Order: sequence, then C-alpha cells, then structure tokens
Amino acid sequence: MRVLGLDIGSRSVDAVWLDDGVVECAAVADSGFDPASVAAAFVARGEHDALVATGYGRHVAREAFGAAVVTEIKAYALGASALFPEAAAVLDIGGQDTKVIALARGGRVADFEMNDKCAAGTGKFLEVMARALGFSLEELAGASLAADSGVQISSMCTVFAESEVTGLVHRGEDRGRIARGLHESISRRTLGALKRVGATGPLVFAGGVACNPAMVALIREGFSGEVLVPAEAQIVGAYGAALSGARSA
Amino acid sequence: MSDTAVDYHQMWADLGLDLKSHDALLEAVGGMYGAAYLSQENRPEGMGYLDFVMSEVHGLRVKELNDFRATGGKIVGTFCLYVPEEIIRAAGAWCVGLCAGAEFAYDEVERIMPRNTCALIKSFMGFKLGKVCPYIESADLVVGETTCDGKKKAYELLAEMHNVYVMELPQMKRDKDLAFCHSEIVELMGKVEEMTGKKVTAETLRASIKEVNDKRRALQRIAATRAADPAPISGKDALLATQVAFYDDVPRFTQSSNALADELEKRVADGVGVAPAGAPRILITGTPMALPNWKLHDIIEKSGGIVVGEEMCTGSRYYQDLVSEDSATLDEMIDDIAAKYLDINCACFTPNKGRIDDVIRMAKELGADGVIDYSLNFCGTYQIESSSVETAVQAAGLPLMRIETDYSMEDAGQLSTRVEAFLEMVR
Repeated sequence: MRVLGLDIGSRSVDAVWLDDGVVECAAVADSGFDPASVAAAFVARGEHDALVATGYGRHVAREAFGAAVVTEIKAYALGASALFPEAAAVLDIGGQDTKVIALARGGRVADFEMNDKCAAGTGKFLEVMARALGFSLEELAGASLAADSGVQISSMCTVFAESEVTGLVHRGEDRGRIARGLHESISRRTLGALKRVGATGPLVFAGGVACNPAMVALIREGFSGEVLVPAEAQIVGAYGAALSGARSA
Repeated sequence: MSDTAVDYHQMWADLGLDLKSHDALLEAVGGMYGAAYLSQENRPEGMGYLDFVMSEVHGLRVKELNDFRATGGKIVGTFCLYVPEEIIRAAGAWCVGLCAGAEFAYDEVERIMPRNTCALIKSFMGFKLGKVCPYIESADLVVGETTCDGKKKAYELLAEMHNVYVMELPQMKRDKDLAFCHSEIVELMGKVEEMTGKKVTAETLRASIKEVNDKRRALQRIAATRAADPAPISGKDALLATQVAFYDDVPRFTQSSNALADELEKRVADGVGVAPAGAPRILITGTPMALPNWKLHDIIEKSGGIVVGEEMCTGSRYYQDLVSEDSATLDEMIDDIAAKYLDINCACFTPNKGRIDDVIRMAKELGADGVIDYSLNFCGTYQIESSSVETAVQAAGLPLMRIETDYSMEDAGQLSTRVEAFLEMVR
C-alpha cells in the first residue's frame, strides 16, 4: 500500500511517499504564493492508496484532493517517535509557528503548546533578521556559531526585533554578536515552552529551523536531556502524516 | 432572515443610533450567525425560536422594550450576572443584558482607554461610542458592578455618556460580605423603586423570584440533556440559549426553553444526537462569551468535537443556583437573593475554590473528555486562576488546554490547529 503524506506549511510543502510503511522517497518545495498548486504537483506525481495532509494548508488539501487531515501536532508526534522510538518530547520550529510536544507511550500526545498568533521566534523571524543584518540564513547561523557571546535582544516580536537589530547595527555592534543574540532569544523562549509542557529527554528537534546548526547547538546546551536531530528534519511532519494514513488504512 | 421583514430604521434613528454603522453591524452579525448556526445539521426544531429571536436581535425585542417604555415602563441594562434581575423586575422594571460580544469602534475606544483592555470592556464602550447598541440606548439606567478593575473604571467613563449606577460586589464570601451584599441589594432596590415609582413588596418579589427561577430551571433542563452521548444539542445552540436568556422576555423565554428541553429529553430517549456518538466531548470554563461571541464553540464543533458544557457566566454560573422560594418576608427574600448571588463562583472572588469544584463536578457529570480553559486577553483574575484550574483538572485525570483570545479572527487559523490537536489528543 502506498501512502502520500503532505505537510503544507507556510514556507515549504513537504511530501513523503510510504510504501508498506517504508519511505520510498521524499521531496521538499518552496510554498511560494500558491502552496495548493505546489501540493497538487506532488499529488499528481503518481498513484497512492491514501493521502493525508497536515500543516497550515491541510484543509485546502482536503477540499482539493479529498485528503484526510491530521494536525501538525499529531503528525510531528508520530513522525518523530517513528524515527526515534525512545523520544519523550518533540520540538518543531517551522516557518511561522513553533510547537512543543510532550509524548506519551506509542507516540501519543500527552501535552503540547504552540505560539498562538504571531511568528515570533520562528523560521520567518530568522529570515527577517538575516535580511536586516545583510546575511543569508546560512551566514546568520555561521556568524552566531563563531561569536563568543551574544547581544541581549529584548524583543521577540519580529517587527520590534527588526528595529532593535537595525538600531544595534547603527550603533556599530558586531553582526556576529547580534546574530548570536537573536538565536539565544529564540532558544530562551523555546526552552521555556518545553519546561511548561514538562518535556523530558530525549527530545527530537525537527522542522526547518532544526537545519540551523546554531539553533541546534543552543537547544542542546540549554535542554536538560538528550537532543536528537533527524537527518531530514524538514520532512518529519509529512512522514508522520503518511504514517497516520498507513495506520488508519 | 424573517419573512415579514419590518423596517425598524425609524425606531433606531429615534434611539439615536448611527444607522449606517448599525446596518453594517447587523449585516456582519447576520453573516456570522448564518455561517456558525444555520450551517449546522440536524438541529433541534426548538431552536427555531432562537433563530427567530436572532433574526430580530435589534428589531422586535427592542420594539417591545420601547413599547413598554411608552407606557411608563423602565429598562435596566446590565453587563453582569451579579446584578439581581429579581429585584429589578419586582420593582416593575425590565432587565436586559447589553451588547459586549463583538469588536466595534475600537478606534474610538482606544482614544479614551488603553489598547490592552479586555475585549468585553472595549466592546461595550465601542458599542456606546459607535452608537450601535439599541439596548443601551433603550436603557433608562445601566447598573454596573465592581467585578473587576477594568469594568469598575470603565463605568466611570460610561457614566459621562449614560445614566449609570454601580453596585458594589464584595470579593470575599464571609458572613460580613453576605450582610454587605444584602445592603447593596437594598440600595439598588431603592434606586430602581425611585425610577419606576413602584415599591418592591413581598408579593412582587416572591413572584419575580419564581419567574426568574423558572427561567433558570428551564436552562438547567437543557444543560442536563447534554450529558447524553450523542449530545442532543450542539454547544453553540446551548450557548445561544444562555446568551439570549439575558435579554429576552422572561416568561416567553422560559416557555420556549422548556419546549426545547422537552424535545431534547425526547432526543436523548431516542438516542438522537447532533454529533456522532463518541465525538470528543469538551467542557469549557472561563470568562463569559457575550453575544455574538461564538468563536471558540464554532471552531471546536467544526473540528469534530462537541461542547457539552460551559462553566462560565454565559453558562452554568447563570443558571445553576436558584433563589430559595420559601421565605415569607421581604427582608428574608433579600437574604436569599444575596446568598444565591454570593454563591456564584467568579474569579473576582478570593478564594474561589468553588469554581474548581464546579469544573470537576461538571466534567464528570457531562462525561467530558477534555477541558478548555478560555480567557479573554488581559483578564488577570481568570488568567491567574488558570493554573489552579489546570492542576485540579489534570489531577482528576483529564487533559486541559488554555486558550487566551479576543473577538478578532486574526488567530483563528492557529486556534483551529490547537483545538484540532487537542481533540486528536483526547479522542
């Protein structure tokens, strides 16, 4: 049986094809301004017996392709615990939201928290800040890792933090220290959320921002337990969606 | 929505409403109602009455109030369930809940109030400043209460624009608070008597206690049927019944609610429901949801859950306690009223353990699979109480999710994801 799992996010559309429970292939594409068409291209790539969508655009996929839907929370819980059966918690920092999940046995969700309105501390936040500093995303992470200490960034709001960063640049502050400060502010906030849901290790760190080595280093440093990062951190949601389709079929 | 649409524009103009804004508001509320309510399947027939009331939300009922005023009757507007309707009715006036459940004229409000004020307060100030609430414009007197700091200070601003009387509500539940509550009720009674020119007597008060109790009993019957699986009525519809109870004609509302309860009891006996048996059952606790705030119920029920109870002011706190009907003298009846109202468990009281007991009891009685603790932004008392509620609910073995939101739809996407994930979790 072939199942397609789609994670239609704000920044990327991710697809995983499962054949009898085994990953056959995976793909990631930019959401662009029309994520539904990006998803449609994945759907048209071949036959599947079941289609499950998650992410921001899941309901659009239900309307357009009759996909079953699961939330990102459930998808990440399933995906992360299939990759790492010992996982006790999941952290997903995506394009415009952050989720922390405490897991119960069998990949079930025991508790979760997600940011409730704005994109503070998400991938989008890092993109905006990189631009304000004249860095690419890779350079932002690299500069942060190279800096020996960070500047205190007091605002987590993307708009306010951008003005704060601009102000620091104008005052001649070192860009690497600013980059480090930005990563530290996200990490503080994220570690707080992990504490609130009572997350213990091992923690699976997934989502697009888990591809950022500076973020991974800071979470590892601040979290009390082991932190596991999947090789393809971006497709954990799509993988979980596909698994839920394979389970319910 | 009504077939025989009467044009009420003259009446609204006479009340001083801003007709253009008011038309826009009614259209928006009509649209919200259609999307949230009329799209539901297998609704009880008894909801037809509430559909009609909603189709006439600023029409027929406002006309009734003003016809009553034309014969010398007085209208008392309120924002809170602690204002005793029994006393107001016994003095010959009618009591109506005022508009406070939608975002309106916030730009005007923010000229005189901080942006970070709770949505309910901003809403009622916006309705007044924007001249779009025919109820407040029909109210000869607004009775405020000292339930929270925000409202207390807002009433000072409202008093510059309207006839406002504020009754003090104690914030603890000791014997001396009960005595104080009694004295505040007597003062309110004097104020309303002075306005209507009618004295409250043991007879009129006994009659109004009975009348308002009957309304609460009808709501209790509706609430009790929601323990069934499948639930015979959606949470949205049940919430609407409580919201309408605040301003509808009392005997008529009681009669229609009892008819609805008859139908729901029959549905339970026949195993008929509005959601499939086994749908995740949610109890909501927290701050009031004033009409037309149906946001959370709508999201939960469109995500496949069913709301089986509301431990809130537009819910069980409104109808679960009755005033004793056994007293003989006026003074004793006022004692009974004071006791009933002090029994309500609002987070403005300290301590407020009774609310937590209510939540746990209701969750058990209604067979809830999970509890959502709902708070309007900037409502400090409920938000701080939230952690005690969470601890107690989790100790009782149920999951709880906290939601802080307002009347805007800007967080609807993320809220849906959180609610869906919570439903997946409790399933």
